[in-house]
Amino acid sequence: MEKIDVVIVGGGLSGLACAYRLADAGLQVIVLERGDFPGSKNVTGGRLYLEPIKTLAGNMLDSAPFERKIVRERWSLFGEGNSLNIDFTGEKFRTNPHSYSILRSTFDRWLSERIMEKGVFVIPKYRVDDIIRDGNKVIGIKAGEEEIPASVVVAADGVLSFIAEKAGLKPKMKPKNYAVGIKEIIELSEEKINDRFNVEKDEGCAHLFIGDVTKGMFGGGFLYTNKETISLGVVVGIKAIMEKAPTIEAHTLIEAFKERYEIKRLIEGGSIMEYSAHVIPEGGYNNLSKLYGNGILVTGDAAGFALNMGVTVRGMEFAIASGILAAETIVEAHENGDFSEKTLSLYETKLKDSFVLKDMYNCKDMPEFLDNDAFFTFYPKYFPLFVEKVMWFGEGPKEKIGSTLWKELKSSGIMSFKRLKEIYSIKNI
Amino acid sequence: MRVDEKLALNAFKTDKESHIKINHEICRTRCRIKYCLFICPGHLYSYNEENNEISVEYAGCLECGTCKIACVEGAIEWEYPKGEYGVQYRYG
Repeated sequence: MEKIDVVIVGGGLSGLACAYRLADAGLQVIVLERGDFPGSKNVTGGRLYLEPIKTLAGNMLDSAPFERKIVRERWSLFGEGNSLNIDFTGEKFRTNPHSYSILRSTFDRWLSERIMEKGVFVIPKYRVDDIIRDGNKVIGIKAGEEEIPASVVVAADGVLSFIAEKAGLKPKMKPKNYAVGIKEIIELSEEKINDRFNVEKDEGCAHLFIGDVTKGMFGGGFLYTNKETISLGVVVGIKAIMEKAPTIEAHTLIEAFKERYEIKRLIEGGSIMEYSAHVIPEGGYNNLSKLYGNGILVTGDAAGFALNMGVTVRGMEFAIASGILAAETIVEAHENGDFSEKTLSLYETKLKDSFVLKDMYNCKDMPEFLDNDAFFTFYPKYFPLFVEKVMWFGEGPKEKIGSTLWKELKSSGIMSFKRLKEIYSIKNI
Repeated sequence: MRVDEKLALNAFKTDKESHIKINHEICRTRCRIKYCLFICPGHLYSYNEENNEISVEYAGCLECGTCKIACVEGAIEWEYPKGEYGVQYRYG
């Protein structure tokens, strides 16, 4: 096969965004996707924050198939038999939406069709097996007996990135740096979703859960409303579940979650349409892959661009942004006719100047901070308990509210030096 | 709903050959805990006492790769199913 400008391995968000921008610049691009169509192997929680990529993406996502704009943010602390929730909504979120729930099978497929209209070849059902090298230079890819030579290869092949691994750019995958998300799609009518989540048409809710949902393990639950479905799931740290005693079977977590009173009412009458699972990078800034080599760039999940910020989780806007910045780098390299590591290092500079590596860097201490059982056991247990003690009215006179709370706070240990230090350390993250 | 019933809701195209290979010798000699038996979201791994072997029902694989990461002894050799095979998510 004749040498082409760019081969992109993986038709997910970063690969497609990269192809989009390269096609605009007139480069010859092939996107290779192992699924039946782009999106068919992808899973998200999830929501896409659009605002951070508004300028970068330009008109790329105009009229994209978003599910609902997120106008309601909820967090729950789940104790064993009680829970405490924060429910936020704001006019700003409704009039100037910044994030949307999406479903990847629809979303990625739509984006791939836009790209094909621009003349990009998107080849589905095509698994890439290896890279071709010339010395320390990547000069193409290999699939079975077929070879596709290219000036540059983009490894956009997701969190497990075999391509970045084969190119020697990816650190060994350790259980502590990854979590697994297990998700169900539950179908409910549009009206039911609007009513149950107290939102208007096309408006949605993002809800994160922590505590008993993972039986105290690192991770949590999530719920996102789509147009006529709900994405409901559990994320759990791979190391956490490996070390859990007594053993818990991962697949049982989501069933127990759905049995909770708080969830049962929300999904009642809904039918499960799909069951999925996907690994999520949790290592943050300190566990990124090397981002470039001679003739190769790494984007999206493959590079480790995902961020657990505690209050929310992000990834897809990082994928899109990194794909676009990779494309900009390739366009410049193409103009100079030089795809060496040195030229492609511009990609990292661009990422550093963007929110991608700025946010990743600012949150670099987050994985260590969150590696603390107290967030998954102590706080989710005691905060709901304080409320329960204050709000429970039994037989006879009620004890004074303030002194009840004080007693509970004291006996819980939340005012111990250890806890206060923990709370104080929030200033660092 | 049981996990096998959930898997039955998904669209799968099954290759004749498994994309997951298990090195039984490593399982027998080096692996004590057998994380694969409880960590797989599809609950696809099982242990057969008779031949002292782990087996995997690869046809129901969700392709998350959790087992590959958790198999710290390196007994699981895991690659993506060949193009056009495996799970095809309709929602994702």
